[in-house]
Amino acid sequence: MTTTTPAKRKPRLAINFRQYGILAALVVIVVLFQVLTNGRLLLPGNVNNLIQQNAYVLILAVGMVVVIIAGHIDLSVGSVVAMVGAVSAIATNVWGLPWWASVLLALLVGALVGAWQGFWVAFVGIPAFIVTLAGMLIFRGLTLVLLTGGTISGLPDQFTAIGAGWLPGFLGELGGRDVLTLGLGLVTCVALVLQQLRTRATLRRLELPRETLTQLWLKNGIAIVAIMWLAWLLSGYSGTPIILIILAVLILLYTFMLNQTVFGRHVYAIGGNLFAAMMSGVKTKWVNFYVFVNMGVLAGLAGVVSTARAGGAVASAGQNYELDAIAAVFIGGAAVQGGIGTVVGAIVGGLVMGVLNMGLSILSVDAAWQMAIKGLVLLLAVAFDIFNKRRSGGR
Amino acid sequence: MNGPILRMLGIEKDFSGVKALDGVSIEVERGKVHGICGENGAGKSTLMKVLSGVYPHGSYDGRIEFEGEEAAFRSINDSEAVGIVIIHQELALSPYLSIAENIFLGNENSKRGVIDWNKTNLEASSLLARVGLDENPATKVLELGVGKQQLVEIAKALSKRVKLLILDEPTAALNDEDSDHLLDLIEHLRGQGITCIIISHKLKEIRRIADTVTVIRDGKTIETIDMHGPDATQARIIRSMVGRDLNSMFPPREPKIGAEILRVEDWTVYHPVDTARKVVDNASFTVRAGEVVGFAGLMGAGRTELAMSLFGRSYGTNISGRVYKNGEEISVRTVDEAIRNGIAYATEDRKKYGLNLIGDITVNVSAAALATLAKYGVIDRHREYKVAESYRTRMNIKAPTVSAITGKLSGGNQQKVVLSKWIFAGPDILFLDEPTRGIDVGAKYEIYGIINELAAAGKAVVVISSELPELLGISDRIYAISDGRITGEVAGVDATQESLMHYMTAGKD
Repeated sequence: MTTTTPAKRKPRLAINFRQYGILAALVVIVVLFQVLTNGRLLLPGNVNNLIQQNAYVLILAVGMVVVIIAGHIDLSVGSVVAMVGAVSAIATNVWGLPWWASVLLALLVGALVGAWQGFWVAFVGIPAFIVTLAGMLIFRGLTLVLLTGGTISGLPDQFTAIGAGWLPGFLGELGGRDVLTLGLGLVTCVALVLQQLRTRATLRRLELPRETLTQLWLKNGIAIVAIMWLAWLLSGYSGTPIILIILAVLILLYTFMLNQTVFGRHVYAIGGNLFAAMMSGVKTKWVNFYVFVNMGVLAGLAGVVSTARAGGAVASAGQNYELDAIAAVFIGGAAVQGGIGTVVGAIVGGLVMGVLNMGLSILSVDAAWQMAIKGLVLLLAVAFDIFNKRRSGGR
Repeated sequence: MNGPILRMLGIEKDFSGVKALDGVSIEVERGKVHGICGENGAGKSTLMKVLSGVYPHGSYDGRIEFEGEEAAFRSINDSEAVGIVIIHQELALSPYLSIAENIFLGNENSKRGVIDWNKTNLEASSLLARVGLDENPATKVLELGVGKQQLVEIAKALSKRVKLLILDEPTAALNDEDSDHLLDLIEHLRGQGITCIIISHKLKEIRRIADTVTVIRDGKTIETIDMHGPDATQARIIRSMVGRDLNSMFPPREPKIGAEILRVEDWTVYHPVDTARKVVDNASFTVRAGEVVGFAGLMGAGRTELAMSLFGRSYGTNISGRVYKNGEEISVRTVDEAIRNGIAYATEDRKKYGLNLIGDITVNVSAAALATLAKYGVIDRHREYKVAESYRTRMNIKAPTVSAITGKLSGGNQQKVVLSKWIFAGPDILFLDEPTRGIDVGAKYEIYGIINELAAAGKAVVVISSELPELLGISDRIYAISDGRITGEVAGVDATQESLMHYMTAGKD
């Protein structure tokens, strides 16, 4: 056993290095801006805003990473966000539907949009680039049609809370800090450690290779510090943003879906080698179809969230959201030709963009320069990734 | 000018230590049609690539004389400049350009970068007339069938003032009528003084048009036969092509053959693009439990197409015929259905159809049978890992762990991953298409061992191979395929390379 361990560990470390590379880049950027802004970046209010302002990109990035792993792209999500936002606002304020019914309707509309685009991509065989470019125009146009009466504002509080509200602090406060938020942080840490120990026990029982105890505790230690620090900051502000809970659920759900389910595996297989997937009996057309339906539902959710945060629906909502989401996915290490990518990577990529936005805004850098800088970061991130792959021997 | 137009002397070429050509010499008479015959892998194509400058002067040993002068081509452009044009089996035309544009591609009739369209179309018309192709030069190439595209290639060669035309398997992709037309054209060109080298597996065609034939085997010239001589028979060419002993490179095996598992009747498949062409023609065959059945056929005979069309219609259109498993008719319309009916097909092109090259060994091994590792759509990753690990050990896949990326493994190990995938799928019938292509002798032996194990476990194994010694070494029974038809069935013990080659080159009468 001892003789085989060193040989076995080598490739695992190499893979981990690549994954943690993105995370390291995020840490570097955070530290850089924390210094540049004299500590203003990580003020509780800014951290809270970082989450609430970027929630839409993160939600879209989760859907987009699945699309990109399958070897496609979706340029329409910005327009879908706007259209779904319009539908949900109309449903609430014009038709008088309860807020939850509007949200469900919004998700359903997103699913239908996804089914429409998935049909053309999967069954007709039109490249996703074209289908979703068309979708970008179609759904932006429909948004304008829906909102001919101008913007719709004055949404009920329960609706806006989805994007701009916090969990009610029913456990009271302790020294001015929200106890619920601190408690949630604690519960998350315990759950994380328990889950890791359980996996490790299973691996041991099955005699499968596992990381060393030092590695395990180092990893968990860093994660616990990060989680508790986030909880500490948020508890001193307004508590836990509702959207943070939604995001956490999405990240867990989609990581599980991609890693542990047959569907997730088929998505990777199609992106890795479409023909080999077909010849292995994968129903490639249906998988592609559902990848787009899923993207549609998440675009619908992002539409609800951004409408809630803005407090109303405007025709210009969601502009360039598709580019932010695609950038987040590629910064997060996904491969342009498909087959490679992770949800966590996409989230970290989205946070890199978010921190850049916020840091540059605090430094009052001109919006034009902000855009140019973000473009450069995207280019460098992907260049770094390609360089890394070449060095490790793959072409 | 007198003397041979081309003389190649003692050509040697090796690829990282493997000798592809080992002293080939060949002499081609002016104004004649010279055939080159040999098994797959004998070195014919390599020789032509040396001649045409694909492998530049200096990357091979030996001497080439063209029209009495030593030639040292550094690229295809050099060889074309003196009038040597090669037309590859895979045609190299741009489908969305017109016939005229293709003929003059890279060689345009232009003045200061502006194309003279009148001259282009006029010259193209006269070239088309020379090759007997009655088409408008403005027609796009994609509107033409393969046969006509072949003629466009020849017109293109003529536009370059060709003196020596090399055709590599020109009729492999053509139907009978187009083949006839092409052979007529070659004879016609010979009348105009153009020398032709033709590489072909179809000995009938060689006999019809070649004046001399050189046989190559294992990278060496075996003999040159005057086809107008008295003993220039098909049998003699075949003997020259295969004349080699079977090595004892096959693991021993005691066949235990059971009942019939698979029966295919009247299986007919048409080409997916050239839909009038039959690629598989009324093929019927059976395979029994514990039996290793070989499919012998030359390149383009329809072996792969037969297997792929049976495997969930992965190839071809307008497929007809019946498939029976254990006596009951089954449907194999989709890959999923074929797999569920216990059929597996391990491809000859493992990089394109077989593996997710950016995925690790684990995901590739489980790819065809994920459902068996999952409950409610959730994969048991630990069990999956154990399965992959067990195949890594059992198949002796040389990789540090099953997390190794398959794209970085050697060909032999990649092949073992493909085999693992299909064995794990638990099929009753396995089609193995060129299971040992491009892998070294040691790995070949291991793969023969795996085939034997599968047969011993009662599976029916169908092996498609271009290497006759391999088929003879491992098969209980061998079907020969030629031109999409099953032309012969021989028991493994009775089969010889000569008898198989006879069936494989039978063609249509």
